[in-house]
Amino acid sequence: MEATVTTATEGKVWGGGNKPLNASYGKMMIWYFILSDALTFSGFLAAYGLTRFKFIDSWPIADEVFNHFPFLHGVDAPMYYVALMTFILIFSSVTMVLAVDAGHQMKKSKVAWYMFFTVIGGLIFLGSQAWEWKNFIQGTYGAVETKGGQILQFVDAGTGERLALSDFAVPGSEAKQGVNANGMSAQVEEAEHIYAVQDIVDGFNTHQNVLLRTERLDEHGHKTLLTREQSAEKLKNAVHVVEGANLIRNEYGNTQFADFFFFITGFHGFHVFTGVVLNVIIFFNVILGTYEKRKSYEMVEKVGLYWHFVDLVWVFVFTFFYLV
Amino acid sequence: MAHAHASNVKRIWTVFFILSVITIVEVVLGIIRPEWSMAMVIGMKLLNWIFIILTLVKAYYIAWAFMHLEGEKGSFRWSIVLPLIILVPYLAALLLTEGHYIHEVMKQGFVSWDF
Repeated sequence: MEATVTTATEGKVWGGGNKPLNASYGKMMIWYFILSDALTFSGFLAAYGLTRFKFIDSWPIADEVFNHFPFLHGVDAPMYYVALMTFILIFSSVTMVLAVDAGHQMKKSKVAWYMFFTVIGGLIFLGSQAWEWKNFIQGTYGAVETKGGQILQFVDAGTGERLALSDFAVPGSEAKQGVNANGMSAQVEEAEHIYAVQDIVDGFNTHQNVLLRTERLDEHGHKTLLTREQSAEKLKNAVHVVEGANLIRNEYGNTQFADFFFFITGFHGFHVFTGVVLNVIIFFNVILGTYEKRKSYEMVEKVGLYWHFVDLVWVFVFTFFYLV
Repeated sequence: MAHAHASNVKRIWTVFFILSVITIVEVVLGIIRPEWSMAMVIGMKLLNWIFIILTLVKAYYIAWAFMHLEGEKGSFRWSIVLPLIILVPYLAALLLTEGHYIHEVMKQGFVSWDF
């Protein structure tokens, strides 16, 4: 940069020792990158908002979807885990800002330790997100989809609790047909664990306590529960058995709910991953004494800005995906 | 930014405390969903307004304290924040209005979506 400054303008640009807006070149550029990235995320979240307003009376209820907690099987724990993830990310932001603070005072080992804790926090967050995805993809209860693309879920008439497919249906009628048709045992073995729509209908007919629940939200924001007769009528429209979630259909409700979940949390997770990689690089540079020699820890400050931004985005994702 | 390099550790922990309290309040409200917060205010539930305002408060503390915008020159700070304050509500308002319109069309049109 210095080489380009040869005239009397020296002293008026970065290379000449002056700082426009009192910010160094690198710091200004990471800030403008963050500005553009913030607009990208705003676009995604606004698109999510549009879709949600479009399906305002049938959108899945987040509390019912994200209700898992490690080692608590079958316990309804709405949002506790995401709240914990939020804390982990905010805390790693704190260790990051402590590293920047220690950098201002040129305390090398303190910077290194705080960077180390920040990396650990980032890794725990990534692991948690992977676990969230696993639960989301596997699903808990299962459902059926109608010709029109609506999701129907199952409820126990006695307790009002959700029913899993395995609570009332027996898989494998397709497998038996398979034996008759070609007798291919490997295919049959696989098919024995897969529900066909007929299995669900049979299970529904033999269990009088099974009711259907539609996507539609009533005036209290609960899903509409059908009577036994309405359920039987509705079940005639079922064409798919849905377990878990993918980009085409999911057991929670609207297709685009899963699409936005995968895309927005995935894009954020990719940012976290990038942040962890950058933090690791800076961590090793700190240990090697690069910034000690440079007599400035500004590089720690710059990756810190990126890391805080990732935290900032999560605060918004948390609000719009899990709370609102 | 002043280059006195005074330690900000106390300020950092204060901000962490504020962010934690706000998050806890959000989660508790999200689980209880109190009856009074279900009232509609300008087209949205009061609870959702509370969530959005609390989120903006959190965003303010992260950007001003952790990202140290409060220590930057005013012109630099606003060159970053002002475009967001102008563009994001503009985009959100347009898309949400459009989403609401599509909802009405699908609901009142002559095509059945539920079969």
